[in-house]
Amino acid sequence: MPKLKSLDELQKLRQRLHKNIKARAETSTTITVGMGTCGIAAGARETMHAILAELDARSIDAHVTTVGCIGMCSKEPLVDIQQGDEPRVTYGNVMPAMVPRIIEEHLIQGNVVEEWVVGRVAG
Amino acid sequence: MVERNGRHRADVLVSCLHDRAPDLMPALEAEVKRHGLEGEVRVVEAGCRGFCSMGPVLLIQPDGIFYVGVQPADVPELVEETLVKGRVVKRLTYREPATRRRIPYYKDIPFHAKQMRIVLRNCGLINPQDIEEYIAVGGYQAMAKALTAMTPEEVIEEIKKSGLRGRGGAGFSTGRKWEAGRKAEGEIKYVLVNGDEGDPNCFMDRALMEADSHSILEGLIIGAYAVGAHQGFFYIPYEHTMAVRNVRTAIEQAQEYGLLGEDILGSGFDFDVELRLGARSFVGGESTALMHAVEGKVSEPRPKHIHTTEKGVWDRPSCLNNVKTLNMVSEIINRGAEWFASIGTETSKGTQVFSLAGKINNVGLVEVPMGITARELVFEMGGGVPKGREFKAMQIGGPSGGCLPASLLDMPMDYETLAEAGSMMGTGGVIVWDDRTCVVDVARYFLDFLRDESCGKCTSCREGIKRMLEILTRITEGQGEMADLETLETLGRVVQSVSLCGLGKTAPNPVLSGLRYFRDEYVAHIVDHKCPAGVCKALIEYYIIEDLCIGCGLCLRKCPQEAISGEKKEPHVIDPALCIKCGVCRDVCKFDAVGVR
Repeated sequence: MPKLKSLDELQKLRQRLHKNIKARAETSTTITVGMGTCGIAAGARETMHAILAELDARSIDAHVTTVGCIGMCSKEPLVDIQQGDEPRVTYGNVMPAMVPRIIEEHLIQGNVVEEWVVGRVAG
Repeated sequence: MVERNGRHRADVLVSCLHDRAPDLMPALEAEVKRHGLEGEVRVVEAGCRGFCSMGPVLLIQPDGIFYVGVQPADVPELVEETLVKGRVVKRLTYREPATRRRIPYYKDIPFHAKQMRIVLRNCGLINPQDIEEYIAVGGYQAMAKALTAMTPEEVIEEIKKSGLRGRGGAGFSTGRKWEAGRKAEGEIKYVLVNGDEGDPNCFMDRALMEADSHSILEGLIIGAYAVGAHQGFFYIPYEHTMAVRNVRTAIEQAQEYGLLGEDILGSGFDFDVELRLGARSFVGGESTALMHAVEGKVSEPRPKHIHTTEKGVWDRPSCLNNVKTLNMVSEIINRGAEWFASIGTETSKGTQVFSLAGKINNVGLVEVPMGITARELVFEMGGGVPKGREFKAMQIGGPSGGCLPASLLDMPMDYETLAEAGSMMGTGGVIVWDDRTCVVDVARYFLDFLRDESCGKCTSCREGIKRMLEILTRITEGQGEMADLETLETLGRVVQSVSLCGLGKTAPNPVLSGLRYFRDEYVAHIVDHKCPAGVCKALIEYYIIEDLCIGCGLCLRKCPQEAISGEKKEPHVIDPALCIKCGVCRDVCKFDAVGVR
């Protein structure tokens, strides 16, 4: 590590490092991946990795968390997105290839990808 | 598996790694690896969270799931259920003693929810041995602001305005101390960190040095800039091994990152710190004694006609601050003096960290605004007295503090009101007594400690404490006389007024405050030869209450002297000739059938 020589360098380092502790910071967006046995069997782990990679690549501030089986096993992998007090939107059969579009349209543009939605729960 | 860098889905923050669970970290890391979760879940060695009675504890972020009493054997279930499947392991969650309700999320636990964490802001949330985590949460920003955008005078003014008072015990204004250091004449000046925490049952300074070493260092650099010092000393008793390790790492990392050394962040300000280790003692934290130790001499106090801010280490102007004080400095610079001054009471600003110990459910560290009542502290944050016993009093300020009886529970706690009540804030050590704690015995215990810790320089302290201890011992043995009480008070006043340093000046406090609030109990020992709390062995006798004893035989089996006899399902009897009054029978009896008279 070269020595920090100015306030500016310290600020830049802080911004870069802040990404590493995102899990501990407050955020209004939570992405939940169903990770019951059914979810894992349907490939939820790969889906979650794709989500993490996409968030990382686009520097999006969101928590990713896992939950057990929701009960809609045929639609696994299930991915929920909750933003602030908005209703929780559930996407079904989310494959890794679908992740970039969901993140692009839902998180960045603010448009829910209706064709893949399987349900909504009030926040 | 998708290749990723930097971003983790979850952080497992593990606290209480002292010696309670040395295998917990390796077990967690191995199990995370076994499930192929590395790179996705990170296990972090975080510092003390202050919830000592529940340790080892861990917090899983971002969900905020909080597990208590985690053992290596719990790890497989924990990782599989929570980290793989996202389910809470109920049996590892916190159970509120009063309601027996399980509380899975950290933010909902009353012990945490009612706190206001300034000093402990990073404790248990970052890895103290990693400067990058500290920088990531905003560390060293205040230092950068002070060095590049403020003059030393502005820093001093800001600290003065905030009303910050030294958290080492005496409560002197930090801004005024720095101002005196700034104005003192001399080319070479020093700043020092006081990491010598001498009170028994006090552990906040150690915990802070272990859990957030960089924050103290940052405050020290700001202080050095304000005072105009280019050399600092970080004094820690060598017995605090983990604190020493973490502070040493912090200093090395800060040097490596250019946050210590020459021309810090291009500001033109030079400053470096040396770690100084000493032997832990009660008097070692006294400012002049500590400075002697830094010089390599015996740590004994000297008269303070000339303040250490003028002549301290090697007769040069020296500013000494407690670890908590320095930790608060960077938050004040970051958030402004007004913010800090808006917390607390008229004369005592900000928050205070209390270490709760003794007969209290939630043993640990809590940080609350100054001026909170003792009742809130003990019953809300502390969870009350265990086993439903009665609150009798609390000792505040360590062995040189005084006790507060139940009648003063609603008094706001700040420097002034505590001093008026014959106690003191000190470093915030709180020891709770229940109705089975004897006031005379506790005073005897503290004086015994203080006698050992007295450096012996002043006759009043060396001899006075010893004589007071002899009198107290006599009273606990039933040999006391009424005249003793007057002698104790006279002696106490002499020791208070004649001794040189804070140790001697406050040593009689436990006796004097005990006499002030619990004189009846002293009289009971002397006149009635009785110990109302049932503690002083010479004055008590254990017996079994026939009506309550069901003859279960538990006490009979537990008695180390075989002094208890009796048939099954018949009331038992204790033979006073064999009984050594250890109290085991009373502790184990489930029917409160063992009495003391």
